[in-house]
Amino acid sequence: MNNPHPSVFPHRHLLGIEGLSPLDIQALLDLADAQVEVSRQIEKKKSTLRGRTQINLFFEPSTRTQSSFEIAGKRLGADVMNMSVASSSVKKGETLIDTAATLNAMRPDLIIVRHHAAGAVHLLAQKVDCSVVNAGDGAHEHPTQALLDALTIRRNKGRIQGLTVAICGDILHSRVARSNMILLAAMGARVRLVAPSTLLPPDIGRLGFETFTDMRRGLDGADIVMMLRLQLERMNGSFVPSVKEYFRFYGLDQEKLSYAKPDALVMHPGPMNRGVEISSEVADGAQSLIREQVEMGVAVRMAVLEALASHLPNR
Amino acid sequence: MNDKPTLFTNARLIDPASGRDERGALLVRDGLIADIGPQVGVVADAEVIDCKSQVLAPGLIDMRAFIGEPGAAHRETLKSAGEAAAAGGVTTIVSMPDTSPVLDDPAIVDFVTRRARDTSIVHIRPAAALTKGLKGQEMAEIGLLREAGAIAFTDGLRSVTNAQVMRRALTYARDFDALIVHHVEDPDLVGTGVMNEGEFATRLGMPGIPREAETVMLERDIRLVRLTGGRYHAAMISCADSVDIIRDAKVRGLPVTCGVSINNLALNENDIGDYRTFLKLSPPLRHEDDRQAMIEAVADGTIDVVVSDHNPQDVETKRLPFAEAANGAVGLETLLSAALRLVQAGQVSLPNLLRSMTTRPAEILGLPGGRLERGAPADLIMFDPDAPYVLDKRDLRSLSKNTPFDEARLEGQVTVTMVAGRIVFDRRPN
Repeated sequence: MNNPHPSVFPHRHLLGIEGLSPLDIQALLDLADAQVEVSRQIEKKKSTLRGRTQINLFFEPSTRTQSSFEIAGKRLGADVMNMSVASSSVKKGETLIDTAATLNAMRPDLIIVRHHAAGAVHLLAQKVDCSVVNAGDGAHEHPTQALLDALTIRRNKGRIQGLTVAICGDILHSRVARSNMILLAAMGARVRLVAPSTLLPPDIGRLGFETFTDMRRGLDGADIVMMLRLQLERMNGSFVPSVKEYFRFYGLDQEKLSYAKPDALVMHPGPMNRGVEISSEVADGAQSLIREQVEMGVAVRMAVLEALASHLPNR
Repeated sequence: MNDKPTLFTNARLIDPASGRDERGALLVRDGLIADIGPQVGVVADAEVIDCKSQVLAPGLIDMRAFIGEPGAAHRETLKSAGEAAAAGGVTTIVSMPDTSPVLDDPAIVDFVTRRARDTSIVHIRPAAALTKGLKGQEMAEIGLLREAGAIAFTDGLRSVTNAQVMRRALTYARDFDALIVHHVEDPDLVGTGVMNEGEFATRLGMPGIPREAETVMLERDIRLVRLTGGRYHAAMISCADSVDIIRDAKVRGLPVTCGVSINNLALNENDIGDYRTFLKLSPPLRHEDDRQAMIEAVADGTIDVVVSDHNPQDVETKRLPFAEAANGAVGLETLLSAALRLVQAGQVSLPNLLRSMTTRPAEILGLPGGRLERGAPADLIMFDPDAPYVLDKRDLRSLSKNTPFDEARLEGQVTVTMVAGRIVFDRRPN
């Protein structure tokens, strides 16, 4: 389809990092950089999305991502509505496609979707006329998280190209890891995956990423250490034997962090399990970017919404 | 150590690791083998032991023994097991985690390691539980247990029936280069079975255990090893079909090894005779054809190790109707004598037999012993392979006397056992 309004961002939806070119990513990051300033002003309101309707459709509970999208939409002037699963007709047995059709009939301009099944957001995007943003689908993608991580890295290191980034922990179940792996590789970073073999996806080595099961070796010389959350139900003997053992071998403490570069920075998508995948000392330490990531989250989501808005029909 | 050096002279030196089988001498100094060979001469100030042409070989490493401590010290303690082992020529015992409490906690592994060091005259290396409580559901703390001194991971008497648990355990263990030892016996196929399924069980009117209880589990495991690359050791196989499965896995280059119980090499189902409960074992004694296949597989190396499967039981658990009696037999003291039957029958060469109880287990477990070479630990046995005796179970040093070889005529007895350069057993006439 020819776009009558040539834009910096040539996509109608943001379903994943997969499919974005380095230029697309660059454009979003540049746009986000500008949004950071908006959020730091007393007057935080823009009018880019005035009169537009944004629906946050979250099939999985979320606090930070949902509120981040809500704030982003509101700062751009949109009318934001949160639909949480507990009160929705999904609980009454409605299929995803019927839900999509119902919402579509309300003529929203943007739908932000999180779903527990990989591919669900793609399916929904095919059934609606508006723009769709993936806020996390199963263990597949979480593109805005990867973008906010990239923005945080770029603002602190001045670049992404050539950095060594160690992504550590539950790679197997992590959409954050997948989106980050794709984005960082596309932007020229060296990506390492560090986890016990039970938490590494099968054949991950074939995708061209270096994998390590020894954390000290995996962190050796890293510029960025990106920790992932380990879900409680995976800790007690199913994927790893215990919290104690996991922290001992795969938890980020000051000792293990010392194997990374002295100026290495630590990231975590949150919410953290202190004492499981990361020690409080590191999480609250001078090398931690964890709070800054949250701020960048709002900026990146504003940038994404604004970029997609250029494709919204005007009449 | 400042002990006097010991010089073994006039020995038949057999080292399965190097293939050495020659007359010569061996010098022990500071707990290590200092020199070996025909050229070794007189050493000043050394205590001399004249081997009188007896065999001098590495001490046996027994990869499977159940010890009652902690929890069932009336059946066996680390101390009594050590004494039994020394008398049988076993210088390293791998103890099973089926204790009370179960060896699934690093602190308990540490306790057993220390307690064994303080009370046992031979080395005892604990194998830790593969799953918490030996329940087969959640994997144990393999990394922490290994740091505490666990030499391998196994659920002991039990099989892990849940294939997903086994897959994850093999995957996880690989990161720590940990060895998983598995009892291959599907409990559902065992069902109520108490002995080998077949004609003899039918005659005795007892429910049988099909060979498939073993082969189905073993085949499954081999496929999971192929998937995960984890290091895997089938604790004991008992039937001809299992030999084929292991052979095939080895041809494929998989990290698979296996063992056999001395009982399945020396005995068959007919020895159960008149419902003798000391011959109620897991895996069960099989048909004579299976026994012959086991022997061949030891001879050609398909079966890597021979174990005692030492399992002390007392009268309360054995003086019962066959079906109600506990499984298991003691074996530390008779392991070598019973195994030598295969040599005497001309079925396995002495060096090959010794390999399966010394060099191979050492290689599989990553232990420094199991070989006669300079610098190796002086864990040694001197034995007369032809010395005849009749076993009297009252002579056993084990606290439990459930031996299947009571009153059996055996040939080959240990004369001297040395652990870390110290003589811990000595049968020489004064």
